This record gives sequence, structure tokens and C-alpha cells, in this order.
Amino acid sequence: MELLEGIADRFNYWIYVILMMIGLFAMISKNNLIKKLIGMSIFQTAIILFYVSISYKEGATIPILYHDQVHGAHHEEASVTETAAHHDAEQVAHEASADVHAEASDHAEHAASSDHDDHAVSHEDHGSLEIDPDLFVNPLPHVLMLTAIVVGVATLGVGLAITQKLYGEFGTLEESEILEQIKSAK
Amino acid sequence: MTEQAPVLILLFPFLTAIVVALVGIRIKTVCWPLVLLSLAGSVWASLVTLVRVIESGTISYKLGGWDPPMGIEFRIDGLNALVAVTVTIVALLVAIYSRDGVISENKNKVSQYYTLFLLLIAGLLGMVITGDAFNLYVLLEISALTSYALLAMGNIRATLASYKYLIMGTIGASFYLLGVGYLYMKTGSLNMVDIHEQLIVNHLDGSSTILVGFILITVGVWIKMAFFPLHAWLPNAYAYAPTTSSAIMGPLVTKVMIYVMIRMVLTVFGPVYAFEVLNWDNIIVWLAVIGIVAGSIGALAQKDLRKMLTFLIIAEVGYMVGGVWLADETGMVGSIFHIISDAFMTLCVFLFAGIIYTKTGRRDINAVDGLFKKMPLTMIGFLVGAFSLIGIPPTAGFFSKWYLIQGGINSGNWEYVVALLFSSLVNAVLFFRIIEIAHFGAKPVEGHDAHHGDDHAKISEGSFTQVFPLLATAAIILGLGIFNKEIVSIIQDFVSQFNLVAGI
Repeated sequence: MELLEGIADRFNYWIYVILMMIGLFAMISKNNLIKKLIGMSIFQTAIILFYVSISYKEGATIPILYHDQVHGAHHEEASVTETAAHHDAEQVAHEASADVHAEASDHAEHAASSDHDDHAVSHEDHGSLEIDPDLFVNPLPHVLMLTAIVVGVATLGVGLAITQKLYGEFGTLEESEILEQIKSAK
Repeated sequence: MTEQAPVLILLFPFLTAIVVALVGIRIKTVCWPLVLLSLAGSVWASLVTLVRVIESGTISYKLGGWDPPMGIEFRIDGLNALVAVTVTIVALLVAIYSRDGVISENKNKVSQYYTLFLLLIAGLLGMVITGDAFNLYVLLEISALTSYALLAMGNIRATLASYKYLIMGTIGASFYLLGVGYLYMKTGSLNMVDIHEQLIVNHLDGSSTILVGFILITVGVWIKMAFFPLHAWLPNAYAYAPTTSSAIMGPLVTKVMIYVMIRMVLTVFGPVYAFEVLNWDNIIVWLAVIGIVAGSIGALAQKDLRKMLTFLIIAEVGYMVGGVWLADETGMVGSIFHIISDAFMTLCVFLFAGIIYTKTGRRDINAVDGLFKKMPLTMIGFLVGAFSLIGIPPTAGFFSKWYLIQGGINSGNWEYVVALLFSSLVNAVLFFRIIEIAHFGAKPVEGHDAHHGDDHAKISEGSFTQVFPLLATAAIILGLGIFNKEIVSIIQDFVSQFNLVAGI
């Protein structure tokens, strides 16, 4: 029962592991070069799922402040998102000893929150504003994954280009046939 | 200007790559001078940075003015300043050498080739100087993507090997990325120094998340550096690639990955975590021993000159990984010094192999038949590189091996010492075989010697751009050997701050 609960609690992590294994299996054991590249794509997508899972928390929304939240309120923007990241890391990790330093998280956050910082500063003298950090997901892993998606697309592109060159030379996409042709050419 | 030197190291090749891509495609002749200029600028910037580091300690360069833990930081200390200088100098020498090779091997793709070449170097340099773990991933992929393309430009077997490298390399880089994700979960930071601080402050020693992150990062980096059981992609890829590609990647890619491993062990996880909490060093040293022996035996089995050298790279990777995991100060110094000296040794022999291939059109070892008389300068350059790989004083290879062996003795890892000596012996056998063939001529192969004399008669010394880099590399190897104390003292300054216990 405990095992099932453990799985249900973190099912997105389980899915990421399963997806990754599917991808890895395809990359290692498939004979067709294109299928290997498909496996590679699945593998990379699994990592994206992992990163997005890190930043997620239940009932949270995108880290943008609404107009009415900002108006008539004093707030220290940075501290809001700081604790958001803090909570987030803790929640995901599920480890009692994980007294994650809030300061640590704000580094990660700062860049992402900077654009609404400017926005916020102009309203600083409007009294106080309570923002619940649990309402916002951590944007940083999403930003990282944008880069990773670009990298993944580029890798796939290079992989397909190389496959095309191989196909032009050998007239087949099966690895075993290519190896046979190389052997017989010797 | 010197204030900005750290970022200029990277920007010179990066921006020139764009110019080469845009201009070089119309005017081919402009490519090579542009590449040389940009890399010369890079060498200058890295030397300036090294001097600054020696004079005033660690430099932290804030990109875009954002303060380190939040923004991206270039963090340069004694270790990566030295590696950056090595990378830029190797790149410059290969660029000089590349003039003839690129035109003859990839006639229609000169500007594309040089664009990728510069981007590869920019990626490698970025990995060396960055202080941000995710930034390192991106630069890792930049250098990896360009290297797939550079390798695939060779003959069709290189293309196939490059495909395998792409699959393996992606697995390696993805593991690294996952590992960084696990670290981020616990520490909430991507800055290397800051991750380490958070690990200490929050007492995350026993955390299984950090352990998973550590394993993923280490395995990922091992795949990229072709550490023994994970090396399958390397030999064919480097052996059949264009000569310039293997001359730039053989020395640099694996060494930069070893630098990344050292950086992860020392700066991110810290020696206390990596060596004392986990206490896996003996297992990993044994893995390295197996790698050294397997690489050496693999090299013995090869008849193809460049393929033999690729197996030596695998053995050398074993030296350095083992040296790091001896968990001993002298071993660590030896490992870092070996990164530098091995980069130049490998460069030297790969340049030699490239020259032999372009001159004789043959890949096998017998191609050097009687070349001592026809190409004395080339052979002298090769001799220095070979002696250094064997470990004969006063070459750099002798001193780095000396420190590695001392580290092995201090920490009581005798199997590592034996493996090193065995590998040196194998290197001696390999290279004296080549030297013998070059000096006294090959054994006449039946039915072959009739037309053999003809095509060898025309061979003479290579052009200046081929011979100069080889001799310059040889001179650097000797220089590194003679001035080893000065370099080791820089490394020692860096290593001593980690309080590695000598001789546990």
C-alpha cells in the first residue's frame, strides 16, 4: 500500500523515469537509425518533464502578478518569489532534512523575476501586499527547458543530417546492413 | 581591456565564427587568416587572464553585471586559467596546420568547416571558464554538436562513427543535465560555488538526491570523456575524421571533460563529499586501471596509425581519472598537469599522423617507412611527442607521470602505479616500432616492394604551415618539461586550498 501511495504521490517522476527508459532502450537496441533518433527525442523529452515537475506545485499559477494585486500594495517582489522557489524545492524533494536555504533559491529566481521587478518598484509606496508564494510555480526550470528544447532540436537536426548522409551512401537505414556493407567492402 | 579579458577568450572565436560564416562563404581565402587572427586574440586574452590570476587570485567576471549567484559568472582560478591557455594555444596551432588539410579534404565546405571549428573552440573555452552548472551544459552541447558535424565530414566510416558518438554524447550530456536538475532541487542554485556552499550550509551530505545527482553527473561526464567501458564511440570517430578534426578533438575534447570532472569533484561537490563521504575512490581507481590496461592493449592491436593513437587517448583518460580519484594532493596535481601535457603530446602525434596521411595517403604504420631521411624535421617533432608519451625526461610527459606515480605511491594504490608503468612500456613498444620503421625501413612486403619505391621517392618535407605547428608543439612539450616547477607551483596553489590529505 505504501508503495502504491509513493507511486501515486509522485507519478510524474515515475512517468519521467519510464519515458527515459523507453528512450534509452530505443537508442541502444533498435537497429534502425531513425528509430534511434526517435528514442533520443523521447529521452530528452523525459528530462523536460522532470524539470517541469520540479517547478510545479499544486494549485499554483504562472508567476505573473495581476494588476489588482500590484495596485495599492507595497511589496518586496524578490522576497515573494524567493520563498516560492524555496517552498517548491522543499515540496518536491520531500525530505525532512531539507531545510533549503531561502537565500539559495533567490539566486535562481532573480533573473526570472527581474522584469516584473521594474514594474513593482514604481508602486513601492502603495502599502503592503500579501502574496502567497504557494500560488506561483517556479519559473526558472521552465526557462532552462526552453534552452534544452533548442538544444534537443539542434541535436535531432544534426542527427537527421548525418542519417541522410549515411542513407545516401549505403542506401539503407538498418545499422546491421550498413555494418555488413562496410565489412564486405574491406 | 584586460578587465574584459576573461570574456574575450570566448568572444573572439565565437564572433569570428559568425563573420566566417557570412563572409567566408563568398570569399574563401579570407577564412584562414580570420581564424588565425581570432585565435591569436584568444591566446592573448587567456595569457592576460592567467597572469592576472597568478598576480591577484581568482577572477569572477559577472556577465551582464548580474551578481554571481543569480547571474551567470565566469569564474577563473589557477586551474581553469591554465586549461584555457592550453586550449587556446592548441587551437591556434591546429588552425595554422589546417590551411592545407581543410582545402584538400573539404574543398566545398571551407567556410562551413571553419565556422564549426571556431564554434567548437568557443564551446570548449566556455566550458572551461564558466562558473555556472547549467551554462556548462549549454556550452557542452555547443561543442558536442559542432564536433559531430566536424567528424562526419570525414569519410563514410567517420560519418557512421559520428552517428554513434551523437547517440552516446546525447546520453552523456542528458545525464549531466539531469544531475544538475537534482542538485537544483536541493540547493536551489545553479552557480557552482553557491551549490557547494548550500551543500555545506544545509548539511546535505547524506541526501540521496545529491547522491543521485553526483552519480548522474559523473557518469555523464565519463561518457563524454570516453572513460574505458564507455569509450566505444571514440576510436572510429577520431581515426576516420578529417585530419584537422582529429587533430583538434583528440587533444582537447577529452581533456576538457576531465577538467569538468575535476571541477565537479573539487568545486561543486567538494573533496570531502566525493572522497570521504562516498568513499568510492578505490573502485574508481580500479576502473581507471582497467581502462589504462585495456586502452594500451587496444593500441597494440592496431595497424592503423591514427586508430592506435585513439586507443592511447583512452589509456590517457584512465591516467587522469585515476589520478583524480587517488584522493591525494600529488595525484591531483599530476592529473591537472597531465591535462596540459597530454593535450600537447596528443596534438603532436596527431599532427604527425595528419602530415603522414596527407603526404603518403596511407593510414597504416608502415607509411613512415624510411621517412627519417626524407622528412627529418617532421620526424624530430614526432620523436619529442613520442618520447613524452612514453615518459622520457625532460619532456612534459615524464613529469606529469612522475607526479601521478608519486600520488599512487602516497595513497597506496599500487595497482595504479603498476598500470601506469605497464602503459608506459606499451607506449615504448608502440613508438619504437614506428621509429624503427622510419629509420631502418619497413620489412619488405612480398609483391609490394616493386612499386613501393616509386611513390615514396617523391616525398619530402611538408609545407611550412604543416611543419611549424608540429615543431612548435614539440618545443612546448620540452618547455613544459623544463619549466615544470613553475607550472606545478600554480597548480599546487590551486589544489592546496582543498586540503587533500596526502597519503591516506
